[in-house]
Amino acid sequence: MDEQALRSLPTAQPAASEDDLEPLLARARTGDFDAFQQIVLRLQPRIFTFARRLTGNDADAEDVTQQTFLALLEHLDQYRGEAPLISWLLRIAANEVHRLWRQRRRQIEPEHSDDDDSAAPLARPEFIAPWRDDPQQLVLQQESRMLIEQALAELPEKYRIVFVLRDIEGFSTEQTAEILGISVPNVKVRLLRARLMLRERLTHYFGDPQRRVVPDHDHG
Amino acid sequence: MTCEELLQLINEMVDGELDLSVAECRQFAEHLAQCNPCQVVVDNIRKTIQLYRAGEPFPLPQPLQKRLVEALRHRWQERFGPVARARGNNP
Repeated sequence: MDEQALRSLPTAQPAASEDDLEPLLARARTGDFDAFQQIVLRLQPRIFTFARRLTGNDADAEDVTQQTFLALLEHLDQYRGEAPLISWLLRIAANEVHRLWRQRRRQIEPEHSDDDDSAAPLARPEFIAPWRDDPQQLVLQQESRMLIEQALAELPEKYRIVFVLRDIEGFSTEQTAEILGISVPNVKVRLLRARLMLRERLTHYFGDPQRRVVPDHDHG
Repeated sequence: MTCEELLQLINEMVDGELDLSVAECRQFAEHLAQCNPCQVVVDNIRKTIQLYRAGEPFPLPQPLQKRLVEALRHRWQERFGPVARARGNNP
């Protein structure tokens, strides 16, 4: 990782347990492995979850998590705290996931993930219905949680990573474009496709068929 | 404005970044007010995003925790020398 990449810091926001790590970082920089381990302990749930959502399996998520914290170890002196450490690590994790996908794809078919998506037509909403429950209620139900993660896992990789960076982790459109090395318009169109695909899938699961809306006109 | 045109602007609307002329905003609002399917689609998308933002973390497999610490300790020793004996506050 070059100096420029290390200094270019996205700003996904830390949770309470991920904040105020400077005292631990200072100790780690003096060679205190316990302090380093405590940083890892606080940040690994979010990094692992991020990687698990993107890769869809524990083994790859584990690999990405390990590579991410090894990168932190290697570059401990170069992190200057201009942005939360978690956003710096999420960026590294995203690069690791991307690298993993590229590696796999090369074994199967030629690279094509950075194609421009703006030319293809948008999928029309098919099943349109209000949901039976609120999101806050749905995430409390084990079965719903499985369906939610399954829907995300079924998205094509290039849409999944944009959705996770933008809508779950809170990176801006510009930051997402920079992390993925694609254009801002391409981030926007991939995010729109991701949102529409997930909406379709989740409305099949959670929409109320009794209240299904069937457009009386040619609906986009 | 057609449903298709509104669909193209859903990102900006959902993200609160709608940067349109006054006339376009009016067209957008007018279309939404009279098109129930578009209202439901917009609401579905908002809820989709809320759902994922409210999601719980994946539980960390126990073996990962152990392997991760071992790999980091190994690399730490290579780079910085021997690790001091573990203290009580270790994870």
